[in-house]
Amino acid sequence: MQDVNQFKPKIVAFCCNWCSYAGADLAGTNRLQYPADVKIIRVPCSCRVNPMFILRAFQRGADGVILCGCHPGDCHYTTGNYYARRRMTLLFSMLDYLGIEKQRTRVEWVSAAEGAKFAATMNEFVAAVTQLGPNKRLEDLRCKN
Amino acid sequence: MQELMLAKAKELLQNGTVNRVLGWQAGEFVYDITPAVFESEQDLDAGFVYNEFCGNNLSKYLIKESRKEGKVLAFLKPCDTYSFNQLIKEHRIIRENVYVIGVPCEGKTDGETLKSKGVKGILGAKSEGDELIIDTLYGEQRLSKRDALTARCLTCKSKKHVVYDELLGEEGEEVPENHRFEEVEKLEAMTPDERFAFWRGELSRCIRCNACRNVCPACSCEKCVFDNPASGISQKAAADSFEENMFHIIRAFHVAGRCTDCGECSRVCPQNIPLHLLNRKFIKDIDAFYGEYQAGEDTESRAPLTNFTYDDVEPSIVYKGGKK
Repeated sequence: MQDVNQFKPKIVAFCCNWCSYAGADLAGTNRLQYPADVKIIRVPCSCRVNPMFILRAFQRGADGVILCGCHPGDCHYTTGNYYARRRMTLLFSMLDYLGIEKQRTRVEWVSAAEGAKFAATMNEFVAAVTQLGPNKRLEDLRCKN
Repeated sequence: MQELMLAKAKELLQNGTVNRVLGWQAGEFVYDITPAVFESEQDLDAGFVYNEFCGNNLSKYLIKESRKEGKVLAFLKPCDTYSFNQLIKEHRIIRENVYVIGVPCEGKTDGETLKSKGVKGILGAKSEGDELIIDTLYGEQRLSKRDALTARCLTCKSKKHVVYDELLGEEGEEVPENHRFEEVEKLEAMTPDERFAFWRGELSRCIRCNACRNVCPACSCEKCVFDNPASGISQKAAADSFEENMFHIIRAFHVAGRCTDCGECSRVCPQNIPLHLLNRKFIKDIDAFYGEYQAGEDTESRAPLTNFTYDDVEPSIVYKGGKK
């Protein structure tokens, strides 16, 4: 039996429509297990993700946020993920600088053929965030349920 | 220098090169300097000053001023010229409508800094070599520049103008050994818990007066994400710690790669939050990850966040550690 008091993290995964979302789909059709705590939000491209989206997710109660996109060089829009890469590097570095646990944010490149990588990444990320416990440093008490 | 500037301004007004002058005006006290536009010689005589307290960066005012009729004369200090260049690059200032005169700067002081050193009844100040001579109600006082200058001037990156039509006084030089990232490095060396405690202590004082945003030359959007015209009340007074963090992270991110490190945000903060440390962190990261870049140095190069290379570092560098 599962312990009801056990901490179950809420994970938000931004997945690009062309690669990672299809990768998640493949993980599903292959019956690969990954935790149900991962909530996928489909975005047209990884560079659609505004740094504000990441903070908003934390505000609304996420314990970890992961961004998945096409591998550099494979972007459907040619260069989108290169811009996303720079933005996220700087944003994560800033969050770390402010003292927010750096394990709570991540970027992974997952192609449409990498269902197994998607499942493995999510398993690993959920485990890492579970170990950290609930997000206390970037939470908005008004948004807690 | 003030006389020289006045004479120059009058000359340019007389010969019709410009029809107004953007400069500094004294307030109630000698250290209460306000930026002001002077339209006539009488105005200039009545209010124009340039002294050791004129720290205000005038570049941002040129966004509006350069869109008015006629040409405006602007006196810019070296660090102001970086902001000016950056705004030219972003097509915010109409260059043809501005006549820039570069004025030298030996580092500025302000009322707060002097008062914190125990100086009272300030009537004036002038710089002499490595010292600042302060005229007070109680006689003359001398302070070393190390004590008297504002923190941002002690880590001045350059005393050289990057853009001007004319130069008054002598051109200074860049300061390669400016140690401006020392504070950032100190923070980076702390543990995450200490950093979090540090920033909570600083940011929790934020009253969301928006002064940092309003003074920032890079924060010149017509519409700001932090304003919500539909709300009926102005978006002030952060409700909780999240909003305090959010405002400052996003503001710093929006100016990342465009911030020239003029230090105005920290100067105007009524709560003395060291906001420049956020911007400097981005500057430092950009330098480390994508190569040295100084915003405002030129008007052509692409900003780091609108550019990329195929072999940029991966975001995993942050959680795996590595070069910072």
